Amino acid sequence: MAKTVLNVDDSTSIRQMVVITLKDAGYEVIEAADGQEGLDIARVKTVDLVLTDLNMPRMNGLAMTMALRAMSSYRDVPILILTTESGDEMKKQGKAAGATGWMIKPFDPQKLLEVVRKVIG
Amino acid sequence: MANENTAVAAGGEFLTFMLGGEEYGLDILKVQEIRGYDAVTAIANTPAFIKGVINLRGIIVPIVDLRIKFGLGTAEYTPFTVVIILRLGRRVVGMVVDGVSDVITLAPEQIKEAPEFGSALDTRYITGLGAVEQRMIILVDIERLMTSRDMELVDETAGC
Amino acid sequence: MTIDITQFYQIFFEETAEHLTAMESLLLGLDVSDPSMDDLNAIFRAAHSIKGGAGAFGFNDMAEVTHAMETLLDKLRKQERKLGNEMVSALLEAGDAISMQLAAHRGEGEADAGLVRNVRTRLELLSAAEPVSPLPPSGVEKAAAEEVAASGQQDDPGYGFFDEPPTAAAPPQQDAGHPAGEAPVPGAGGAPSGRRAADHVQQQAETTSIRVSVEKVDQLVNLMGELVITHAMLAQSALQYDGAVNESLQRNLHQLEHNTRDLQETVMSIRMMPVSSVFSRFPRLVHDLAARLNKQVKMKMVGENTELDKGLIEKISDPLTHLVRNSLDHGIESPERRTAVGKPPCGTITLKAFHQGGNVVIEVSDDGAGLNRSKILAKAKERGLPLRDEMSDQEVWALIMEPGFSTAEVVTDVSGRGVGMDVVRRNIAGIGGRIELDSAEGLGTRIIIRLPLTLAILDGLSVSVGQETYIVPLNAIIESLPGSAADIKAMGGEGRLLRVRGEHLPIVALRRVFGIEAGIVEPERGILVLLEAEGRKIALFVDELIGQHQVVLKNLECNFRKVPYVSGATIMGDGRVALILDVAALVAQQAQAAKMAA
Repeated sequence: MAKTVLNVDDSTSIRQMVVITLKDAGYEVIEAADGQEGLDIARVKTVDLVLTDLNMPRMNGLAMTMALRAMSSYRDVPILILTTESGDEMKKQGKAAGATGWMIKPFDPQKLLEVVRKVIG
Repeated sequence: MANENTAVAAGGEFLTFMLGGEEYGLDILKVQEIRGYDAVTAIANTPAFIKGVINLRGIIVPIVDLRIKFGLGTAEYTPFTVVIILRLGRRVVGMVVDGVSDVITLAPEQIKEAPEFGSALDTRYITGLGAVEQRMIILVDIERLMTSRDMELVDETAGC
Repeated sequence: MTIDITQFYQIFFEETAEHLTAMESLLLGLDVSDPSMDDLNAIFRAAHSIKGGAGAFGFNDMAEVTHAMETLLDKLRKQERKLGNEMVSALLEAGDAISMQLAAHRGEGEADAGLVRNVRTRLELLSAAEPVSPLPPSGVEKAAAEEVAASGQQDDPGYGFFDEPPTAAAPPQQDAGHPAGEAPVPGAGGAPSGRRAADHVQQQAETTSIRVSVEKVDQLVNLMGELVITHAMLAQSALQYDGAVNESLQRNLHQLEHNTRDLQETVMSIRMMPVSSVFSRFPRLVHDLAARLNKQVKMKMVGENTELDKGLIEKISDPLTHLVRNSLDHGIESPERRTAVGKPPCGTITLKAFHQGGNVVIEVSDDGAGLNRSKILAKAKERGLPLRDEMSDQEVWALIMEPGFSTAEVVTDVSGRGVGMDVVRRNIAGIGGRIELDSAEGLGTRIIIRLPLTLAILDGLSVSVGQETYIVPLNAIIESLPGSAADIKAMGGEGRLLRVRGEHLPIVALRRVFGIEAGIVEPERGILVLLEAEGRKIALFVDELIGQHQVVLKNLECNFRKVPYVSGATIMGDGRVALILDVAALVAQQAQAAKMAA
């Protein structure tokens, strides 16, 4: 069965790129436009991987990551932060929130696929 | 000799129609459909050959009566009166003729240059003469005719 | 597998344009002395989103400008810098610069590199005493990343893992740091965990939307029109049956009508857009113009969520711009003058939109000087406009919408570009609307525009002349009265006047306009429909009134040429075409004829 990825990003174009790239590679992708929506989706569906932006309206990526980790169904799901903020601060916060790893935007679709494959095959 | 602006028609399929005892042919690809003559809505201050407009499945289509335009035949409207609906580029126009006779296929060698003889139609709109057995079919560049200034169907500023 | 990244450009362009618009309106709405943290965060996010997309798609020029914006905005939201007017201006200009770059990437013009550099420098200077760090190219963070990154990432910058690199076979187990229940629960914005499923559905509905081309929507609207017509035709044919067949037929037809109406409303609503899409450009316009005119002006907007047909939104933009410019230029006084007459130095221009009956009303009002009755009358006289004794205020105000009238004493840089109120009035009438003016000297002016809800459907009155049926747009009709009860004056020859409430209106016989032989010849035996367009009135003489309908507008010119005195066509219940009268043209023709006769 195809692995499912939850992509949380307020940018339609970035989301579109992630969706098309991953779908072409045979993954199922669910989209959410902010952390709150991501969390709402997570409550009804457990995915194989979460890709999230950091800076989003309503609920940011860190808060969502923390909330996901508090859910038993999401305790072990890898969460990758996709972000333009590449400093130590982000990494410290990301780690503290319980994220699995990070990826710096801009990235190209090829690179994204490589990382996703590395994580969930 | 054909008019220098009009290429001699290549072969292909033609719809032939009667007008004032002569048989004309037009490129079948320009024909959208053939229908009977319905009640038209007259448009004021237009020449008599523009009968008005009809509703063709939601689009407004003008109807011209070629019999009146060229002073041929009698312009009667009976249940058998035929309207050829033409699709000319993006425009749709209907024309009333005496009758539709046939769909024929003409090979290029069956088409001769139109002589400069007096047909009811200006030679500018004639692309050739098609010969089928004993019949002579006058091939018309219908798009050129219908969009010409003479037909008063088109003006530069109008459009949608 | 190769992925063509250009396929995402269009979405990115549209998204960026939306972010820019949002950013601009947020910036203009900021209270400089006490900016709201929410707004600063929202502006930051807009800049941030543009930067992210621009970086991802390789539009580095835009990423550079947004990076500079983001740096300043970040300091502002962290309260490391205090917001000032010069910052708002710089951020607005940066938005303009990005718009320009966006246009360039879309292949529309070229970005002015010097201007972009200036904007960036200004932002950087405002950001900090210490210079802003340059935008890191994607690889620069490698070193920092590696410090935190786990092993095995040396050769692959741009991503990393906090714990052991996971393997495809076994998803990573989190370390003991985050067992269930112990993880910190998010504070602000975090939802209580017991949210009900219904809430979830609601959330989804709010955030789920799709982009559809306008063409497709228009096609849907057209097909909808067809359905309405087909239903009407069906209902007409059903009239010939009676008895039991008729009963069930009628019942089903009734159901069809009901469904059709619901469907129609839904389809029409797709074309609706909030007027905020036009209103949103005005704060900026007012901000810039007020500065140029040395005036202080506040912009107030009310009801910007009121929805209007997309086609109307596009067409209302220019007239509204003109009215707002007028208010600023001629309405609002200088701060000195305002203070002198006891008003606050800062004037207010209010844009208001609301529903009233089947119309959307848009008002542009100001608390400026108002119109001056005697000045207008003097000017009208000078211009040779027709004046009467004892004109009402309404009638005097309407004079400024006459062709060739301009109220500006000095032709300024702002208005007075040769486009007068007459053009505004014509444009509004062109989309089936009406415009009225209301003013009190010293207190201000209010301009009221009434618009139909949509361009695709028109409320009309069908009238007959001989065998022909015509549609008169309802918005042009004042009233109608039987010729027998009317006070009609013969003017010699064919000319006739109708006297109604002290006014003399020329009677225009529709049968003569369209050269119809059949039908009623004497106005006394027919019906007079009083029409108004562009401030002029006529009495249209027709045989009979048939009824009032909502008709679907059809373009006559798609397949035919422009027909004088006809603005379009529609299809009646019996399937026949009826022409829609162009009232403005009829009125103008009458005025022309009157001038020739004089």
